[in-house]
Amino acid sequence: MSNKLGRTAAICGIGATEFSKDSGRSEMKLAVEAVSAAIDDAGLKPSDVDGMVTYSTDNNPDVEIARNVGIGALRHFSRVHYGGGAACGTIALATMAVATGAADVVVCYRAFNERSGRRFGAGVQDLPNAATAERAQFSYTSSQGLLTPASWVAMVARRYMHLYGATSEDFGRVAVAMRKHAATNPAAWFYNQPITLEEHQQSRWIVDPLHLFDCCQESDGAQAIIVTTPERARDLKQKPVMIEAVAQGAGKDQWTMTSFYRDDIAQLPEMKIVADELWSSSGLTPTDIQTAVLYDHFSPYVLMQLEEFGFCKRGEAKDFIKNGNIELGGDLPLNTHGGQLGEAYIHGMNGIAEGVRQVRGTSINQIPRVEHVLVSAGTGVPTSGLILGVDR
Amino acid sequence: MAITREGMTVSQVQQEPDADKKAFHEQLLGFVGVQTGPARLAPDEVNIPMIRHLVESVGDKNPIYLDDAAAKASRHGEIVAPPTMLQAWVMGGITPPPHPESYEQMNRLLFSKGFTSVVATNCEQVYDRYVKPGDRLSMTTTIDSISEEKTTGLGTGHFVTTRQDYWDADGNRVGSMLFRIIRFRPAAKSKPPRPLPATTHDNSWWFDALKEGKLLIQRCKGCGELRNPPHPMCASCRSMEWDSIEAKGTGSIHSYVVTHYPVVPSFEYPLPILLVDLDEGVRMVMNPIDAAPDDLQIGCKVTIEVNKCDPELSLPFARLAK
Repeated sequence: MSNKLGRTAAICGIGATEFSKDSGRSEMKLAVEAVSAAIDDAGLKPSDVDGMVTYSTDNNPDVEIARNVGIGALRHFSRVHYGGGAACGTIALATMAVATGAADVVVCYRAFNERSGRRFGAGVQDLPNAATAERAQFSYTSSQGLLTPASWVAMVARRYMHLYGATSEDFGRVAVAMRKHAATNPAAWFYNQPITLEEHQQSRWIVDPLHLFDCCQESDGAQAIIVTTPERARDLKQKPVMIEAVAQGAGKDQWTMTSFYRDDIAQLPEMKIVADELWSSSGLTPTDIQTAVLYDHFSPYVLMQLEEFGFCKRGEAKDFIKNGNIELGGDLPLNTHGGQLGEAYIHGMNGIAEGVRQVRGTSINQIPRVEHVLVSAGTGVPTSGLILGVDR
Repeated sequence: MAITREGMTVSQVQQEPDADKKAFHEQLLGFVGVQTGPARLAPDEVNIPMIRHLVESVGDKNPIYLDDAAAKASRHGEIVAPPTMLQAWVMGGITPPPHPESYEQMNRLLFSKGFTSVVATNCEQVYDRYVKPGDRLSMTTTIDSISEEKTTGLGTGHFVTTRQDYWDADGNRVGSMLFRIIRFRPAAKSKPPRPLPATTHDNSWWFDALKEGKLLIQRCKGCGELRNPPHPMCASCRSMEWDSIEAKGTGSIHSYVVTHYPVVPSFEYPLPILLVDLDEGVRMVMNPIDAAPDDLQIGCKVTIEVNKCDPELSLPFARLAK
């Protein structure tokens, strides 16, 4: 049985700060700026907002943003766990709120100084110990030096390479495509800075088999997305962007980034659950997707996601991505904003915004005749995804 | 008059020299009494501008160094230089001349034992007379003493004391200085302990067993299923009763990484880390022993041993089968 969330809500506004390495201001200020910009983009008044959703890892309380922006009473507020896996999950909760009448206009947001403040690339090395199951998830890896996101992903990537013959160059082709798309996006940190496959291969090891250019950026910035009913969206300033499907997923024997104890670690069963739900609830198939935003904190997981979503068979992503197939002009251009490897790491929220722009027809790297855009959230963790579509 | 300028405080730990150390010290003592090279002539006469720079920079207001009238009225009857400038008059400037060969010979002998680091510890000056503008000084250096091997907070080495004698143009000594350094082998920097696991009621028994040298695998008492890492309920039969078996200590590499960055000071890099399939059917993350990154291969057989890493932490390690 699939969920009934499809086409019960639409995205009516997006807003962001600039993306940088040092914002020079508080995370709260970033949050307020992005939320305010999204309200303006939608053509709403702050007082129209009655719901707010963010990540459990966000440091900015919804009520404080509401106080700042002049948002009045809230009828729904919730948070989604698991880091970047929460990205489309915020839209899922907002959709549920809107579909059930728990709220009419829900702002989803993520704001952080993730480069100038605490850097996620540092992993868990600086987190205090605590006698909790949440913290003990890392008890079986930290003392051995497996402390960072790159190291956790590398362990899975090596097994994937072993099973399917994927190479570091295959990972590099993802990075090259993302940097190519960022190169023409003025909002991207790596605007005008494409890389070659050779440069990817020569970039230093972070955790073998991951080179520097396989690892996404660390960024400061904020992104907000506004969800409302399709009816309300049609009366607002922007062309409505329909949420055709939205889903969350956690897999069997799921860990946070260290799902090392499954029979097959070279898969993303949590993303397969999301994929199955998105396809079955929308009636769409991979051939209905003109462009996708696949979470790219580390390049190997882009290959694995292509397989989980069924764009190609298991182990064949390395062939699917060849010859520019995931670049502009290819069969499935990915992350046309440059992704988190090229634009910025805003924990996946900037990818949803790019999906919205592609449906609106306003992306800097616009794909012709976009009907449906697939967007996924953080990989290696309990995650989420959605399909955006043109209102008909 | 003797002025001592204290250098850094060094805690000295006396150690009984063994025969080798004693023999090495005997070799070093061969340098004691050697005058290292010819006398070095001061580049300039004692002069007012340099005196002015010094007294202004240290804030010495004594008028006898710069004020003609005050100096004439003093027992010196003329301007004199501050005694502590003794060393400054003969210094080698911004590009000092190389050490004389005999001094370098002693250094090479010290380097041969790994005593390559140097810190000046203290110096003492003795003045025979005030020097005054117009004096042209020269200096001779003699190796005064070399200590037995000592261990300080910095490391292990030998204190080397040289004596600099300062002479006027007539060959009369105006002062001398004992200058002491320690040539030492830097103490190995102690690595901070590895990050400790977060322990809970559900997993502390497993880490405690490692401290006793035992690698255990949790076993469900309901259905007998083995599981790792530890957790309170069996996902197969929902029993919360469990015991454990001791791992045979054999397995194979399921996957591996070699971490380079970021560098965490508890570890040495590049740091290889393995995901190991134990032959019992559970998986664990561990570091290899005596394995170069190039030796690692998925499927490679390993034997597992429990080693103490830090006082509070023991972990399983994998040794690659030959």
